[in-house]
Amino acid sequence: MKFDVAELTAVAPELTLLTLACLVLLVDLFVKEESRIITGLLTLGSLLITAAVVAAGMGGESQLLFSESVIRDPMGDVLKIAILLITTMVFLYSGDYQKDRGLYRGEYFVLGLFGVLGMMILIAAHSFLTLYLGLELMSLSMYAMVALQRDEARASEAAMKYFVLGALASGMLLYGISMLYGATGTLNISEVAHFIQGQKENADLNLVLVFGLVFVVSGIAFKLGAVPFHMWVPDVYQGAPTSVTTYIASVPKIAAFALVMRLLVDGLNGMVADWQPMLMILALLSMALGNLIAIAQTNLKRMLAYSGISHIGFLLLGVLSATEAGYESAMFYAITYALTSAGGFGMILLMSRKGFEAEELSDYKGLAKRHPWYALMMLILLFSMAGVPPTVGFYAKLAVLQQVISVGMVWLAIAAVAFSVIGAFYYLRVIKMIYFDPEEEGSQPLQQFDLNPVGITLSLNAIVVLLLGIFPAQLMLICQSAIG
Amino acid sequence: MSSDSSILSLLIWLPILGGLLTLAVGDRRGPFGRITALLFSIITLLISLSLFAEFDRTTHLMQFVELVPWIEPFNINYHLGVDGISMPFIVLTSFMTVIVVIAGWEVIQDRNAQYMAAFLIMTGLMNGVFAALDAILFYIFWEAMLIPMFIIIGVWGGPNRVYATIKFFLYTFLGSVFMLISLLWLYSESNTFSILAYHDLKIGMSAQMLIFFAFLLAFAVKVPMWPVHTWLPDAHVEAPTGGSVVLAAIMLKMGAYGFLRFTLPIVPDASSELDTFMITLSLIAVVYIGFVALVQQDMKKLIAYSSISHMGFVTLGFFIPFLIFKQSGSMEGAAIGIEGALAQMISHGFISGAMFLSVGVLYDRLHSRQIGDYGGVANTMPAFAAFMLFFSMANAGLPGTSGFVGEFMVILGAFRANFWIAFLAATTLIIGAAYTLWMYKRVVYGKVANDGVAGLSDMNHREFLMMTILAVAVLGMGLYPAPIIDVMHASVDHLLQQITISKL
Repeated sequence: MKFDVAELTAVAPELTLLTLACLVLLVDLFVKEESRIITGLLTLGSLLITAAVVAAGMGGESQLLFSESVIRDPMGDVLKIAILLITTMVFLYSGDYQKDRGLYRGEYFVLGLFGVLGMMILIAAHSFLTLYLGLELMSLSMYAMVALQRDEARASEAAMKYFVLGALASGMLLYGISMLYGATGTLNISEVAHFIQGQKENADLNLVLVFGLVFVVSGIAFKLGAVPFHMWVPDVYQGAPTSVTTYIASVPKIAAFALVMRLLVDGLNGMVADWQPMLMILALLSMALGNLIAIAQTNLKRMLAYSGISHIGFLLLGVLSATEAGYESAMFYAITYALTSAGGFGMILLMSRKGFEAEELSDYKGLAKRHPWYALMMLILLFSMAGVPPTVGFYAKLAVLQQVISVGMVWLAIAAVAFSVIGAFYYLRVIKMIYFDPEEEGSQPLQQFDLNPVGITLSLNAIVVLLLGIFPAQLMLICQSAIG
Repeated sequence: MSSDSSILSLLIWLPILGGLLTLAVGDRRGPFGRITALLFSIITLLISLSLFAEFDRTTHLMQFVELVPWIEPFNINYHLGVDGISMPFIVLTSFMTVIVVIAGWEVIQDRNAQYMAAFLIMTGLMNGVFAALDAILFYIFWEAMLIPMFIIIGVWGGPNRVYATIKFFLYTFLGSVFMLISLLWLYSESNTFSILAYHDLKIGMSAQMLIFFAFLLAFAVKVPMWPVHTWLPDAHVEAPTGGSVVLAAIMLKMGAYGFLRFTLPIVPDASSELDTFMITLSLIAVVYIGFVALVQQDMKKLIAYSSISHMGFVTLGFFIPFLIFKQSGSMEGAAIGIEGALAQMISHGFISGAMFLSVGVLYDRLHSRQIGDYGGVANTMPAFAAFMLFFSMANAGLPGTSGFVGEFMVILGAFRANFWIAFLAATTLIIGAAYTLWMYKRVVYGKVANDGVAGLSDMNHREFLMMTILAVAVLGMGLYPAPIIDVMHASVDHLLQQITISKL
């Protein structure tokens, strides 16, 4: 293996983040409890610096590095920036919540940063091994983050469930990869693609490949949280401290999209005919079950979890149309969903306070009377999730549906919109509680708002969702140039 | 085509800006919120009148066109323009907004500024629906409009408002997503979202059928046609007076407008194939729903059913030309059906608005909409009784009022197609008179029914003003409808030409 120092510049973002994460870890050892804010600010700084480094290295052709085990391409750059920025937002959201619960500790930030590092490695992977390393770094960090609140039974249970099921999924993915390796004799993604292209007629080999593919898809579906591999999602979302849920529910979806792109599209493009129907089943089931079960939820975190499952179904629709424009639409969907989802959980963080989790739907009754501004922000976010214009959620759905129809799967589009109408109901119900219901007698009064960073972040988040809904062209162009 | 005038943009964005300003002014500064709202609604009306004045009646081409690329990756343009079919509705929308603002002036106590703001924002969006020439732009206005209406019914509505508003939203949302699928399919065929380009697009018969039904679902819900009308009585009854007025006067017209802008010109062969089906549905609405209206105990519900029945006339008028064409081989004399339907739409806007306002006047005083709670109102509110009599007569289609013009033209058109269709449609003159006048008799005439009625005070200046404006409009259009029909003529003729050319 030859080593070229010049190659290091291409992975500068990852190196930067690694260094800064270690720095945060060290600094945190020396800051006192009351000045922990330094760690928080350093973390935000690290993310922004890394984003700047990615931006600085953007452009140009895609490069293969380190014996073709790492790739730097436009898609990766865009996804990394999206992840870094949205994570910054997530950390801004979680500050007060963490402080109130004694969770405002260095580990939280360091784990979050390492999770992001894992995602970046995953995105940059051009070998199954790199990919797996990135995925595990991300997953392990997240398991630990869920368990952060270790004296809380619910959180520990969620962490245990997440870890066991997550490990199982990683195992499946790894097993699938080993099958692919056995059939193709290489871990390099483009070589695998090349090999499959040349072996179309070989039925025996195909059997092994499809066998491996099934496990790979299952592993991916677990990480995405697609039905029927979704069981962990509601429990983990609900059990984890809301700040951690905000993290889990947003950026890893972008990373999971990258996982799909690297494995299925870059690596196994020759087997489209095999994975397309699998994704179709996953997508349909996710949209159906996610939307239907969400109706029955009384807990906002759980409702958003099921809503997330249905969104994953939509995202998969874009991928399974298997066209370049389809991948673009899925990428657009992943990024905008992460943004909207972070906002949704951000609302819970804003409303919660010491000793009170504003996670029941009934906690939001009559919000419009008390806080018309935040009620409006929540309204925008919810309508975006429901896919009602003029919010960005509409364009995400529009782009995906357009691709599905353009490849001739009109029935799939019809099923998708039918489920999104069902989905509209539970979003409307929350809006109904916010706007139409009077405050419940004896309900916990919500936090008093002054100008706090969480509220500002939330307002920005919702306004971005609205602005992207009115002017989506720029982001769409970015996705186009990233994939095209 | 380039943008030579931005009057349409102004008509869309000025009310929205006004709404945001009203929201910003809020209720804390006394009446300034609603004064802002009134000001903006009047300016919008004046601009829309100048649109009417400058409109060129001799051409069917789109006027006041604005075309700016908007979302290039999707090929979506900010494309506006009006012809003789859409322009009158923009004026109607702007007109009704002023009425609604006046109607809500003192009546809405709770969050008055937000109420006004919601209406102004909705006005801009509704003007957008009528002006949009890009399919996605149309869809965005079409859907976005639901949000303010959802909130208006849900916040300021009656006791069962939450059920009504969620039903309203989901019904409409369900209909329109299927329209979205059709639009996306049309895009995949033509690579453009221009509605005008769709008018010339060749489409096979089976695809036309599917698109027809997808559009039908969207528009029939909105009109609403029997049997997807059930959301309307609920929404009307629970909505505040202003909400009912806008719903009846304008939102219902959007479904009908959709038929003219989308269904007929885009899928003419399917429309021609299914004309008897559509005529049957329309006649069921006219006759059956008329009888349903007869038995209502709730005034608002009665007027809501009467709206459905009147909108049946509109859809009847749209599909009559196909029948005439099949029989005579030419569109000679078919224009009267569509023009009559359009006249009916505008007239119904005035009359149903006025009827709901009349009920609103009573409701503000006694907080009941039940017919049984009233009786002898004429004794205590003579001026009001006179106005309500006039509007009731108009609702029943009395010659000399605008209600007569449209119904008469549609029936005339129906006679050219088939005697029995015309016969059934004409029964509405009897049924309509029966339910409207019977309600009027029970509410207004007779002895003073109870202490509540005895203590009623007649209309104040504000109410008098809005009633007078509407009465003038109803009477004016009834006596001299020519200016409004003239505006439509060129566009309707062009539409008739379009639908005779097969797209197969």
